[in-house]
Amino acid sequence: MGPDMATAMLGEDGIHIDMNHLKKGEVNLGTSIMAINFKDGVILGADSRTTTGAYIANRVTDKLTQVHDTIWCCRSGSAADTQAVADIVSYHLGLYGVMNGQDGPTTQTAAALFQELCYENKDQLSAGMIIAGYDKRHGGSVYSIPLGGSLHKQSYAIGGSGSTYIYGYCDANWKEHMTEEEGIKFVKGALGEAIKWDGSSGGVIRMVVLTNRGHERHLYLPDNGYTGPGRARPATT
Amino acid sequence: MPGFDFSNHTRNAALHARGVPLPKATSTGTTIVGCIYNNGVVIAADTRATSGPIVADKNCEKLHYISPNIWCAGAGTAADTEFTTALISSNLELHSLSTNRQPRVVTVMTMLKQHLFRYQGHIGAYLVVAGVDPTGVGLFTVHAHGSTDKLPYVTMGSGSLAAMAVFESTWKKDCTRDEAVKFCSEAILAGIFNDLGSGSNVDVCVIDKDKPTQLMRNYIKPNERSKKERNYKFQKGTTAVLDQKIITREEIGRYVTVHEIAGSDSDSGSLVVVEKMDVDDQP
Repeated sequence: MGPDMATAMLGEDGIHIDMNHLKKGEVNLGTSIMAINFKDGVILGADSRTTTGAYIANRVTDKLTQVHDTIWCCRSGSAADTQAVADIVSYHLGLYGVMNGQDGPTTQTAAALFQELCYENKDQLSAGMIIAGYDKRHGGSVYSIPLGGSLHKQSYAIGGSGSTYIYGYCDANWKEHMTEEEGIKFVKGALGEAIKWDGSSGGVIRMVVLTNRGHERHLYLPDNGYTGPGRARPATT
Repeated sequence: MPGFDFSNHTRNAALHARGVPLPKATSTGTTIVGCIYNNGVVIAADTRATSGPIVADKNCEKLHYISPNIWCAGAGTAADTEFTTALISSNLELHSLSTNRQPRVVTVMTMLKQHLFRYQGHIGAYLVVAGVDPTGVGLFTVHAHGSTDKLPYVTMGSGSLAAMAVFESTWKKDCTRDEAVKFCSEAILAGIFNDLGSGSNVDVCVIDKDKPTQLMRNYIKPNERSKKERNYKFQKGTTAVLDQKIITREEIGRYVTVHEIAGSDSDSGSLVVVEKMDVDDQP
């Protein structure tokens, strides 16, 4: 195989195959997603825009997907691919949880499952995912799996088309061990900029806070400049 | 010779290399919509089927049965929407029989998305799934590649932009059954009048939590064919008769064989008309 296997493969019959492109009419998550570590756990954040070409197929999408009690992921790339991957991981973690009782799977285990699927099927998938979770053993942790299927443990991760605009913002404003308030402000500020500059990102800002208390959802609307309504659902375990 | 014959694959590859396009499938360049209300869900569709620029069917059915309380509206390749919904409907009935439970809308949505994802978009079925089950009301869209969305009001197909414009400007939450029917039919009308791929009539299906499902076929017919005001037939006597000769059956029997066709004089009384087709009546 050539140096760039993923792009423009030549089939046996001389038909060109370009696997790295989205198929015609495929639903795309031209996205801004991120996840950060803070003092008590992790915060995941995402915009809510789903597009098919120039058309917004869903303006209030939920790109923050639960795969276990306190293990969630942010999805970017093809909506179909990322939903399929998240569904499969969710199934495996559910089975793991029932079989092994007690503490349930760790975020690392979940991230390894995601990597397995994303790496082994890299030729057929366009899925960029960020996995974040809270478990008793490690506390909060954030993993990023970009397109090739590599796995990176990070203190914070950003992804999707909108992330290119906020590398500077994140680098300048990042602090270790932030409080929950500071963390929410950081994520909201970063996603606000990403939405502002990236045409493929927009709609509302959704967040999920994962701590030893369980998960908590936040919602911020563009109507009031992303100031509220904020906390949407009480913590559950 | 036992085994498989792959010669068609070689032929297709050769044709493809010469730039021969694939044959066109009948597509439902469609408007389909769905909207939830305080006690159920409504879905609606237009009734035009197209094959390229040709209207293949002026009054086709795009609302598909899944189970008594779950229905689907289909856009995309007509054959694919028909067969996928039929397959899922069949599997769902077996599933509900073996579990002794009412089928759920999420189950249908999951079966559809897993089936469509496996075929990587080659099955061109774009569906709106709607229904009620013991967990409540459900409304989803399923795209051909296997992605799904859950929303209080949805539109799909080539007329989805026109239909969504209606929803975005008129939709209210916690609406009544009648309001939901109004939103959906207005959205379909927007598709019929503003999208070339959509046309003809509005089909509506109302699925209520406490009432049997109502399929309202041709709920609105905004494109009824009126009687032609003029015709091209010449009046009797336009051409002058100069000469007349009557040839009897016996006479013509000398040159050709004459057969009596059974029932040719009875006005096709043995034929059962299921649904009357819309054809031009001669005035």
